[in-house]
Amino acid sequence: MQAKDIAELLNEPACEHNKKSKSGCAKPKPGATAGGCSFDGAQIALLPIADVAHIVHGPIACAGSSWDNRGTRSSGPTLYKIGMTTDLTEQDVIMGRSEKRLFHSIKQAIDSYHPAAVFVYNTCVPALVGDDVDAVCKDAAARYGVPVVPVDCAGFYGTKNLGNRIAGDSMFKYVVGTRDPDPVPLEAQRPGIAVHDVNLIGEYNIAGEFWHVLPLFDELGLRILCTLSGDARFHQVQAMHRAEASMVVCAKALLNVARKLESAHGVPFFEGSFYGVTDTSHAFREFARLLGDAALAERVEAMIAREEAKVDAALEPWRQRLRGKRVLLYTGGVKSWSIVSALQDLGMDVVATGTSKSTEEDKARIRELMGEKTKMITDGSPKALIGIVKEYQADILIAGGRNMYTALKARIPFLDINQEREFGYAGYTGMTELARQLALTIESPVWASVRKPAPWANDSAPGIPMTATGA
Amino acid sequence: MAEIIKRNKALAVSPLKVSQPVGASLAFLGVNRAIPMMHGSQGCTAFGKVFFVRHFREPIPLQTTAMDQTSTVLGADDNVIEGLRAIAEKSRPALIGLPTTGLSETQGADIHRLAKQFHTACPEYADIPVVPVVTPDFSGCLESGYALAVKAMIDVLVPPSASDGKRHKQVNVLAGSLLTPGDLEHIKELVEGFGLRPVVLPDLADSLDGHLTDAESSPVTTGGTPVSEIVTMGESVATLVIGRSLDPAADLLKERTHVPDYRFDTLMGLEAVDAFVHALAQISGQPVPEKLERQRAQLQDAMVDTHFMLGFARVAIAGDPDLLVGFARLVTEMGCEVSAAVAPSRAPALDEVPAAQVKLGDLEDLELAARECGADLVISNSHAAETAQRLGVPLLRAGFPQYDLIGGYQRLWVGYRGTRQTLFDLANILVSNGHHEIPAYHSIYNPPGEASHASSAPGPTH
Repeated sequence: MQAKDIAELLNEPACEHNKKSKSGCAKPKPGATAGGCSFDGAQIALLPIADVAHIVHGPIACAGSSWDNRGTRSSGPTLYKIGMTTDLTEQDVIMGRSEKRLFHSIKQAIDSYHPAAVFVYNTCVPALVGDDVDAVCKDAAARYGVPVVPVDCAGFYGTKNLGNRIAGDSMFKYVVGTRDPDPVPLEAQRPGIAVHDVNLIGEYNIAGEFWHVLPLFDELGLRILCTLSGDARFHQVQAMHRAEASMVVCAKALLNVARKLESAHGVPFFEGSFYGVTDTSHAFREFARLLGDAALAERVEAMIAREEAKVDAALEPWRQRLRGKRVLLYTGGVKSWSIVSALQDLGMDVVATGTSKSTEEDKARIRELMGEKTKMITDGSPKALIGIVKEYQADILIAGGRNMYTALKARIPFLDINQEREFGYAGYTGMTELARQLALTIESPVWASVRKPAPWANDSAPGIPMTATGA
Repeated sequence: MAEIIKRNKALAVSPLKVSQPVGASLAFLGVNRAIPMMHGSQGCTAFGKVFFVRHFREPIPLQTTAMDQTSTVLGADDNVIEGLRAIAEKSRPALIGLPTTGLSETQGADIHRLAKQFHTACPEYADIPVVPVVTPDFSGCLESGYALAVKAMIDVLVPPSASDGKRHKQVNVLAGSLLTPGDLEHIKELVEGFGLRPVVLPDLADSLDGHLTDAESSPVTTGGTPVSEIVTMGESVATLVIGRSLDPAADLLKERTHVPDYRFDTLMGLEAVDAFVHALAQISGQPVPEKLERQRAQLQDAMVDTHFMLGFARVAIAGDPDLLVGFARLVTEMGCEVSAAVAPSRAPALDEVPAAQVKLGDLEDLELAARECGADLVISNSHAAETAQRLGVPLLRAGFPQYDLIGGYQRLWVGYRGTRQTLFDLANILVSNGHHEIPAYHSIYNPPGEASHASSAPGPTH
């Protein structure tokens, strides 16, 4: 990938970060950087496409330590869970054999697993030695009759966020628009309900949480043409351009896909979230608004009234247990405010939130939700986070899995909200699970046990005789 | 305090209870060169023997007075004397345990008189102690039979004395039936870590730990507490009592010897182990070894790591009272809810179970209660495998018998280390059972079979 392509990707007109003098995402700082590379970001964005063979082209480090580590779920094929890499050797690199190996790897993946398509993720070493991955993919696709999509995402191109965009760009360049959607199955047609085709972009079905929400789409007559990329299939990505509206879920990273769908195919989009009652309802209302269907809007309101009443009743006992508990939220971007509203729905008090990945707009939303005195955290080092937990007397730290053991080692209750997590929190039903998990860790008796000093810690000297029972 | 629900049905289905004479025999099997002889029909012994052989995967020395129709009606005293003489003559054991059974108790045998009568009739065997104990199977369970046998051994072997502390490094350990040979090994290491010398009664870690010996066969136990050491228990500096069921035995020992005792209901869980380690530090005057401090910190870390999986989990436990209390406390400390608790018979310890109710009953009662509360996990013996399967939840095997788990008899549950492993195991079986999985939902617009462009079942073809 050439420098100008990277610069173009960094310039995302739909992203609020662009409005500041500094264009695109912040540069990583050597010696003081956490977070993944472009390859990481690209793989994360696309890996959930379940019927694709995902081949990582490079030596073992890239795939070896990252395959099969996501909580994303599929309702069908499980090919995406099989790690594939060209596992380049020193000889491959020195002798220039890596392109050949890649070509054979693609053949092997097709022969063994009959994938709907093959995605090839380029990594640092082949990018550096100058493998022409695009050409290899093109040749292999022509030879074997299976789509082979290059994703040029070498780690040194930049951050994880850039990788997300590269992934979106590859989809847009090679996949989207290559096929029309199947007709709506006859048995799924219901009188009086017009079916609208929609996309979800940036929803990953972590722990299967989207299955909490999907039945509501069915009920309303919203057919999800494609989710990029939770529980998705290759043919769905191909047909994304035919949707009537897109929702960008909880991530700025794939905003470029939504924007290009709008400019090239006239698909309008909005940004929203399925975390929390308020946001979930808001998302459905936005769909109704963009689709301009009055009957749909009516169904949406009826559904919201019913679901909100139901979840309200289900949350009541949890609210009593969680009310007033103090939360320190440390997460990136959109989640910094979307989770806030979910927590406020539970009566909890968010005392501080992370904003290192948030845009100015995100920060404005936070101030709007939490008031001006809210602590915004930019330093996410373990020491700083624990310091803030103590300073603000937080009852719980909510953050990504990377920070889990930071909290646990400091004997602080913790909730994981990132992609490795085991529990689904999306939608109305997910709220109850979120409440349950919050209570589970906050109320856990283990905290008292592990904070208490050993009973002998206060003995002034060993060997003071103790009164034995009844002695 | 748990409400105790008494048995309220005629039929016991999938019994949980193991009989008192079997429990008493187990206690005697923890004494070196010993053999128990049940006073009853030969079936009492045969079943008990098979029970232990399957659990421990060891030959088990166990004899019977073989009461038949005639002796049952006309008196079986001769059977006892004859049986004791035969064993003494043939194997010269260091101790003969003599538990009674439902049959001999109903008949009205006076087992204490018979034990004395044997020594009068056969003075040449006066040096072989005979320990009679009244353990009909119509009351109690394995745990109570075991406890009665421990008490009987103290009664017969430990003389009244006032020389407590004479052996200032020696510590008595009265080990309840909730402990496995693996547990006892670890407990001995803990005690020794403080420069103390444990005398464990009974020492199943030395007899039924599963070890090959030079002798190819033995009519008596090939390890266990030496009788010569039991005799010196009155000279120890302290007694550690593990398991509430041993309270009467401990009371008797203290009354006879004035050795101060420290009592523990369980050694599972941070608090319980802390109390035990603290006691050892105080008895010995030694600081807590660094190795132990490290194990403690490791357990704390495991507690924190596993609380996500164990928190709010609904656990169904069936077992003898001490074991039930131990597990119920452990899982409660982790944020689980003991939503079904069943014990085979009444014991004071049951009041301590942290659950709303404890049912006196069987595995059917457990199954019904577990189903009603939607239990996520069962803790019980191997018989509960079917129960757990019908409930569709995983089973953690503990207690007696464990015939379908190799090495179950040897498992370490206690101490910081044992507790840590238990927490890992509980978390793993909950996670691998898909405890939290959200079921897949297929959109009506995208039915599963319709994905014509998706690959069919992926899998290697070569």
